[in-house]
Amino acid sequence: MNYIIDIFLIAISAALINNFVLYYFVGICPFIGVSRNVDMAFGMGCAVTFVITIAALISWTITTFVLIPGAPVTSFLAGLVLPAEQASGIDLTILSYIVYIFAISSSVQFVEMYVRKFFPPLYKSFGVFLPLITTNCAILFACLTIMSNVAVDNPEEAWDLGRALILAIFGGVGFTIAIVIMAGIREELDLCDIPKPLQGAAITLITAGILAMAFMGFTGVDTGLKNALNPPDEQQIVQQTNSDDSIKLAEQGKNRTAGGF
Amino acid sequence: MILRGRWAANRIQQGNKMAEEPTPFERFVQGIVPENPVYRQLLGLCPVLAVTGDMKSAMTMAGAVLFVLFCANVIVSLIRNILKPHLRIVVFTLTIATFVTIVDRFLAAYMYNMSKALGPYIPLIIVNCIIICRCEVCGSKQNVFAAGADAIGQSLGFALALASIAAVREILGTGMFFGVRVLTENWPDWVIMALPPGAFFTFGLLLGAFNWVDSIRSKKDGTG
Repeated sequence: MNYIIDIFLIAISAALINNFVLYYFVGICPFIGVSRNVDMAFGMGCAVTFVITIAALISWTITTFVLIPGAPVTSFLAGLVLPAEQASGIDLTILSYIVYIFAISSSVQFVEMYVRKFFPPLYKSFGVFLPLITTNCAILFACLTIMSNVAVDNPEEAWDLGRALILAIFGGVGFTIAIVIMAGIREELDLCDIPKPLQGAAITLITAGILAMAFMGFTGVDTGLKNALNPPDEQQIVQQTNSDDSIKLAEQGKNRTAGGF
Repeated sequence: MILRGRWAANRIQQGNKMAEEPTPFERFVQGIVPENPVYRQLLGLCPVLAVTGDMKSAMTMAGAVLFVLFCANVIVSLIRNILKPHLRIVVFTLTIATFVTIVDRFLAAYMYNMSKALGPYIPLIIVNCIIICRCEVCGSKQNVFAAGADAIGQSLGFALALASIAAVREILGTGMFFGVRVLTENWPDWVIMALPPGAFFTFGLLLGAFNWVDSIRSKKDGTG
């Protein structure tokens, strides 16, 4: 039961409260560039969700089995040449950025080839966006968040694959929600009389600011849900640890994610 | 005025790969205002919005970008003759990722609090479009001096853009500048400026102001 609550909270948090675009500012380039009409925005959102899930799967696997200290594959390979106690202490997390960016760009390549071969209609609708996604910060950001939650000191608290995938999928869903709302607003904005210097990117950014303010309304929803879902005897403890006001909570959220770096 | 005409012409040039390449000095000057990476090209917006809550972190970010961009541009320029066209993007990203790892470890060792505060935005320099764009446009086509000057010019432009946004946000959000109080104690801190929406508002309005000044100047020149 606890596991389901945990998954649920991660999903709500990634999609709404700490929205990738409006809270962490990752994936701003497509958010500004490809939000001209709703269909294209939805296509971009789906493509990002698709790639982010695959990238999360790869990066979780690599981090857990190769990069973190005492990872099984590394210890086994090092154990062939080194004494056992040295082999289990090898820490390859310093290579993580290079490995992730390599994994992301190759997975985008493979996804593109696979989709082109087996799902031509899907490829036609994704076509333009797939190669663009390699340099989308949202993908790397998801990988880094997963890494910071897998490479923790206490192995009991490390995220399993389910949590990592939920974060990635709902991060992508949050991105899709944000970009589709933005595209809807921009379609209406085209009909408005906007001062010339503000046309284009400037008015989009200001609109995004108002959207971000709207999404700030979700702050604290996760704490409320946690209290509502937990059994009554545990409720006392949760309330004690989460009695801060909303702004402090937002800061905490930022620190929590930044904490692993 | 020559420069102003040039940045527009240069954008077309970049696409058409014209024979005449700008000199190192031109590259340097262009990066600062005429071809400013943030206000003109709208590149690398992720750190522009994310780390401009206060001046200190903004300037650390600008320093990190300067180091990575300079090293990556010089290395790409040195290996430009042996670079295979279809592999170049992969080579660029791996080069950038190496230098970003160096910056990240350096910050974690010598500026631990800053490294914590910047969090994932340092590794996210890897996918910053400015750096890949400069490697593609300048590093892979020109010699080392032009590439180095271009990197410094673009980074200064980036630093100026970050400073302009961070100054507004820090002063209005906390009444302080570089951690020193500049507004009176009675200043009601505009908390919204320090939170995510403030970043969007500040950058949007500054971008509008930049375009406005630009349109006035081009009317005076008679070129717009």
